[in-house]
Amino acid sequence: MLLMDQDELKKQEAKCTQENPPACTASCPIHVDARKLMLDIQNQDLKSALATLQKKQPFPGIISRICDHPCEAECKRQEAGPAIAISALERFCVKNQTKIVKAGIVPPKSQTVAVVGSGLRGLTAAYDLAKKGYKVSLFEKADRLGGDLWNFSDAQLPPEVIVEELSVLNRLNVQIHLNTAITQQDLAKLQEEFNVVYLGLAAHSDEISELLGEQSWIDPVTCATPLPGIFSGAVVGNDSPIKSVADGRKAAVSIDRYLQGVSLTASREGEGPFETQLYVNTKGISPLPAVQMNDEPGGYTSEEAVQEAGRCLNCQCLECVKACKYMQEYGSYPKKYLRQIYNNDTIVMGMRHGNKMINSCSLCGQCAEICPQGLDLGETCKATRESMVSKGKMPPSAHDFALRDMAFSNSEEFAMSRHQPGHDSSQYVFFPGCQLSGSSPEQVEKVYAYLREKLSGGVALMLRCCGAPADWAGDQTLFQSSLEGMVAELESLGKPQLIVACSTCHSVFREKFKGVVSLWELMADLDLPVQGAVINGSILAVQDACTTRNEPIIQDAVRHILTKLGCKIEELPYNKERTKCCGFGGLTSFANPELAKKIIEDRISESTTDYVAYCAMCRDNFASKGKRTVHLLDLVFGTDLDKAAIRPSVGFSYRHENRAKLKRTLLHSLWKEAPQEKDVAYLTVNLELNERVLEIMEERRILIEDIQQVIELAERTGRKFINPDNGHSLAYFRPVKVTYWVEYQPQEQGFVVLNVYSHRMEIVEESHE
Amino acid sequence: MNNTLKQTPTTLWKCGKCGGELQRGSVKASYLGNDFVVEELKCLNCGLVLITEELALGKMFEVEQSLEDK
Ligand code: SF4
Ligand code: SF4
Ligand code: SF4
Ligand SMILES: [Zn+2]
Repeated sequence: MLLMDQDELKKQEAKCTQENPPACTASCPIHVDARKLMLDIQNQDLKSALATLQKKQPFPGIISRICDHPCEAECKRQEAGPAIAISALERFCVKNQTKIVKAGIVPPKSQTVAVVGSGLRGLTAAYDLAKKGYKVSLFEKADRLGGDLWNFSDAQLPPEVIVEELSVLNRLNVQIHLNTAITQQDLAKLQEEFNVVYLGLAAHSDEISELLGEQSWIDPVTCATPLPGIFSGAVVGNDSPIKSVADGRKAAVSIDRYLQGVSLTASREGEGPFETQLYVNTKGISPLPAVQMNDEPGGYTSEEAVQEAGRCLNCQCLECVKACKYMQEYGSYPKKYLRQIYNNDTIVMGMRHGNKMINSCSLCGQCAEICPQGLDLGETCKATRESMVSKGKMPPSAHDFALRDMAFSNSEEFAMSRHQPGHDSSQYVFFPGCQLSGSSPEQVEKVYAYLREKLSGGVALMLRCCGAPADWAGDQTLFQSSLEGMVAELESLGKPQLIVACSTCHSVFREKFKGVVSLWELMADLDLPVQGAVINGSILAVQDACTTRNEPIIQDAVRHILTKLGCKIEELPYNKERTKCCGFGGLTSFANPELAKKIIEDRISESTTDYVAYCAMCRDNFASKGKRTVHLLDLVFGTDLDKAAIRPSVGFSYRHENRAKLKRTLLHSLWKEAPQEKDVAYLTVNLELNERVLEIMEERRILIEDIQQVIELAERTGRKFINPDNGHSLAYFRPVKVTYWVEYQPQEQGFVVLNVYSHRMEIVEESHE
Repeated sequence: MNNTLKQTPTTLWKCGKCGGELQRGSVKASYLGNDFVVEELKCLNCGLVLITEELALGKMFEVEQSLEDK
């Protein structure tokens, strides 16, 4: 399965406008990169500034002095103050930096072009075509080049500048014929003598009518006339110097295409001024007045220029990047990312350097909400993961641990379904989910008791995992089979209505099981438990779970409950449909733990107020980095809030244990069933684990069970290493795909664990026994 | 994967089964269908191979990661 074809890629890429030019460039008839120019000036790098101008302007010393700057009318700065003085700054550049003579002209071509008239059109066309290697001859009726250029005041455009700037034509070997007026008869001769003739004159001017007579119709897109090989100015009048330059350039493009025998009309939309699609958010930008010149006729001083250029907004979109740590991590933006993802997915041989990047996205959908075009990078990342899995190219280490955690939750250890005690049918079924059960099993018991009290018709209980980890990991086969398991369980209970406590479960079930309702929606309508916490108007900032992004009903219900409890609500800058993921979504914390840490740090620094979360993972993640965060259930059921806010995150091993214990406790207390204890030898291995080792276990994703298995095997078989100096033992075990190593020391009551580590590579031991 | 790890701490370990010294010897390793032969410390009598923390989290991890991206 190929994730997206070229067409789909193009479609997605087109949504991202970040690479579209800023308004100044788009509205400039010859697309001078004013945004870059402003940076050059701020860096006081006038060489680079001149190169920026020269890239688009044929004679920067002239054009920069006389341009009528339509760009300024479109400049985005105007949403907060006057437009950037682009034209005055260009003048500053050419006044203070002499031209850079560029070496390296393309190999000469044999084709010839006659250019008639040496105004801005003719000069530009002659320059552009000569630079492309054509043999250009320039005919001017006066005794000097430049036409109307000589009408500018000496102060604005000194004569020596005209002469100096136009001398480039000599270097380009343009044959200059002064005092040579071209009549209609001459034109016929030129037509014979040259491959192409360009009439560098304003469209519909008297001169054009005289030369072309009946044939003076000119194609506005290509500058072609009805006469083969004859092109002409297509812009009327000479009142805008920059439009005349653009007119000459347009003709030069056509002439080049004509001489190469390719289409004159194909894809020319990008020429001339256009409206850019680049989105620029100017909200919150404070207005700044334009920098005044101390000496108006002299132009900007260096200092003034730097200051004025500093007002430029450096127009960019990057709206989604500003909000997403993941996008920042990889230093680019979606248009580039899409291409990288596509390349990674279509690679046949060689390294897939994008794997980790693709697996690091939280699939949270924030980007789609923020992007003006709705580009959802997460969707592409998820589809690509599915493609990777189906091709067998998903790195096993990325999601293995999370999927084993899911398998645990769907095993006998945790999974169960029961009608409410004393009922043989169910109107509802409460589905607490694996994370709340792993983090706060006692809350699950309380919620279940509450629901049994408030709701009639029987509230069944179903313990298991919703399957989100498989979905996030791109394993659709596993995900679908998990859903089928759900369907079977629900059917065995008579298809009651699902009540879910976790928003991730909700997002997974929403499509599949109609009528699924969030616990918070229900609670908002029912009476809250009487034992609710004493809050007395304290303020809490709400962390909306990212899986409620498109569920305003749940978000509102949570706020409703908080208000009922007497809480004052603080809204975080990114809230509701723009909320940020806590780092758990999309399995980011498994594929890229370092990034997940940054995501958490970023989110918890949004406010100094205590947070309230309604997802167990959000709460635990924030608390793990020292942010005081309570769970909504802590408030509802009146726990000691100061303790609840700093309760540390529950580690992986204890999440397992909590889930298993929850099942045993409930079976025993509610259904009077004797819990089946697992009868496995290693479970009796007694471990002593200190803080440091527990931390390492968490970081390296090693469970108590894994350690117990290693030690049990080593002690039973004697297959281990011994350090005679300190009596430590070192042993390993490979249950399936990971080899676990444990350094330990036997004690009377059990074993002190000193270190743990693992690897995935398999060592094949030759048996010598 | 010719590792040049510091050997001071690792040579302290002895085989717990036979009490023998560990020596460098060739060992077969495999990951995702790729097989290699590497030089590691092992008990020549019992065949037990020692993979140190430094090796597991360092070089070995790097090789695993690059094989996963192949
Ligand atoms: S929000 Fe992001 S994806 Fe959308 S146009 Fe801007 S940079 Fe591109
Ligand atoms: S603010 Fe700067 S980049 Fe934006 S349109 Fe104006 S000159 Fe161009
Ligand atoms: S889905 Fe979320 S984590 Fe992924 S790129 Fe979009 S905003 Fe960032
Ligand atoms: Zn031995």
